Amino acid sequence: MPDDTKPEGAPAPESPREPAATPGAEQPAPAAAKTAPEAASAAPPPGKPAAGPAPQAQPAAKPAAAAAGAGAAKPAAPKAPAAMASTPWESELTQALKEEFGDQILEFSSYVGQNFLVAKPEAAVPILESLKEIHDFDYLVDVTAVHWPDKPEPFEIVYIVYSFARNERIRLKIRIPEGYKPRTAVPVHLTANWLEREVYDMFGVEFEGHPDMRRILLPEEWETFPLRKENSILKMDQHWVQENLGIESGQ
Amino acid sequence: MADTFLDSTELVLNMGPQHPSTHGVLRVILKLDGERVLSTECVIGYLHRGVEKIAENRTWQMFAPYVDRMDYVAAVSNGLGYCLAVEKLLGVEAPPRAQAVRVILTELNRMASHLLWLGTHALDIGAITPLFYCMRERELILNIYEKYCGARLTTHAFRIGGLQYETYEGFEKECLDFCDLFEKKIDEYEELLTGNRIWQQRLTGVGILTAADCKEYGVTGPMLRAAGVKWDIRKAQPYSGYEKYDFEIPTRENGDTYDRYMVRMQEMRQSVRIVRQAVADIPAGPVMAKVGKVIKPPAGEAYVSIEAPKGELGYYVVSDGSTQPYRVRIRPPSFVNLQALDKMCRGALVADVVAIIGTTDIVLGEVDR
Repeated sequence: MPDDTKPEGAPAPESPREPAATPGAEQPAPAAAKTAPEAASAAPPPGKPAAGPAPQAQPAAKPAAAAAGAGAAKPAAPKAPAAMASTPWESELTQALKEEFGDQILEFSSYVGQNFLVAKPEAAVPILESLKEIHDFDYLVDVTAVHWPDKPEPFEIVYIVYSFARNERIRLKIRIPEGYKPRTAVPVHLTANWLEREVYDMFGVEFEGHPDMRRILLPEEWETFPLRKENSILKMDQHWVQENLGIESGQ
Repeated sequence: MADTFLDSTELVLNMGPQHPSTHGVLRVILKLDGERVLSTECVIGYLHRGVEKIAENRTWQMFAPYVDRMDYVAAVSNGLGYCLAVEKLLGVEAPPRAQAVRVILTELNRMASHLLWLGTHALDIGAITPLFYCMRERELILNIYEKYCGARLTTHAFRIGGLQYETYEGFEKECLDFCDLFEKKIDEYEELLTGNRIWQQRLTGVGILTAADCKEYGVTGPMLRAAGVKWDIRKAQPYSGYEKYDFEIPTRENGDTYDRYMVRMQEMRQSVRIVRQAVADIPAGPVMAKVGKVIKPPAGEAYVSIEAPKGELGYYVVSDGSTQPYRVRIRPPSFVNLQALDKMCRGALVADVVAIIGTTDIVLGEVDR
């Protein structure tokens, strides 16, 4: 890991995706490191889901962008990185959920053969409950999050559920703005306890009503939420490291 | 106050992080009433290295060796899960020959992982001999790895799209020889332990986790099967050609520590069966699919999970179309299974806590990532 050993001020070629205008960053991203994803993310992301004509346009744009040459920005497909070429998902299950939740569910999609639904944040726990009680999705596989700092709703919380009876695995996603506290899923699935704590630990998303909303892997006094995109791998909580471990940096 | 000085009060006992039977740097805070455990709290994170953050700062290929460092006693399984997840995003599939070799190495890895579990678990209970036996046989598996890819533990045996290396001269024979030898050795372990009255008394009825509890806590792997749920991802949603092989899913009824022991012993026998079938029929052909030097999966996401020795190991990978992962989430079986420790320990004796931690089969590298 040669990058890790560099002093803090050195240009970090490994962080091209950091937004250039991080508040308080004493390390402006060098121009050379400004690669396509960043340039692309400056443009407002296209509406929410990749529905409609976007999926069709994308595959065509991709090879063209690749052919445009490595290193150079990709003006041909500025919106490509944000969009997933998903297809609609329809089944008996989606019908039943549509009837029950109506416009609470924003999207039923499928990508590489895996089905997922996107719901309004407040509907997540009722949907999980319905999936468990009515549709046999009795095993909560995982709860995690993805940070998209340029989107208006930067945090995507992902619940993965599995049904032993149907041998089917689906994902439920909600998109939430900064500071929104989604309701905890612990009353429905006890597994969610540690998994939600980890989401809080890494992303700073607190869950409303969680019985024990503390950090789980990092020390309680840790200051940053590491998996947020604005936190570079080179700028972790050195304050804590210096104070508690007596060494210059955790790197 | 003379009549109250013999009253028992709650006692808080700290176990770990430096404790031989916590299998690494797990710290468990026990709240005790005499010898009985009232409740426990796990303190984890001592081995946290930010693997998921590292992933976002490496290219797709560069991150592959890191996953071996999570569950370091089952590095091959970790690698397989990651490769399958990225292959899913890319829309490629490893060639048949690579898939067969992957199955062989992964099943050998399952045996190695179970052997280390058996040795240390028995040691925790007080039986010292099995540890040496288990290490002896595990060495043979590690030798096969060493010959195959040069590394013994953190192997990085697989590449996205297939394998880096062809098998070496005599690979098949060594695997078969090991299978022949190992079946007798499993009998030997069972002779030492299965019918042993001390072993049975220490384990039977300890740390019971019913099927309903398992589902509630998301517990998978041998622990779930010991509770009677016949579920194995190799059968439920086969990957890497597992549907071609004939094997059974061993289950037990009670979900106690003894049943988990029995399930893992049976699983090693099933692994032998799979390796034999796979070795007998390794297809000819290339070991690498057509994958470019620069891997740029199209923007999208996928969740792929495999049956690791410890349970469901999942990778949720998100690509934004660049050469680096946008997000890699690892769903670690050890972390999720460990959450059920409190449930299993309540009402048990302090000495049983050691047995329960052992039978959970955690690796702290994976719990903390």
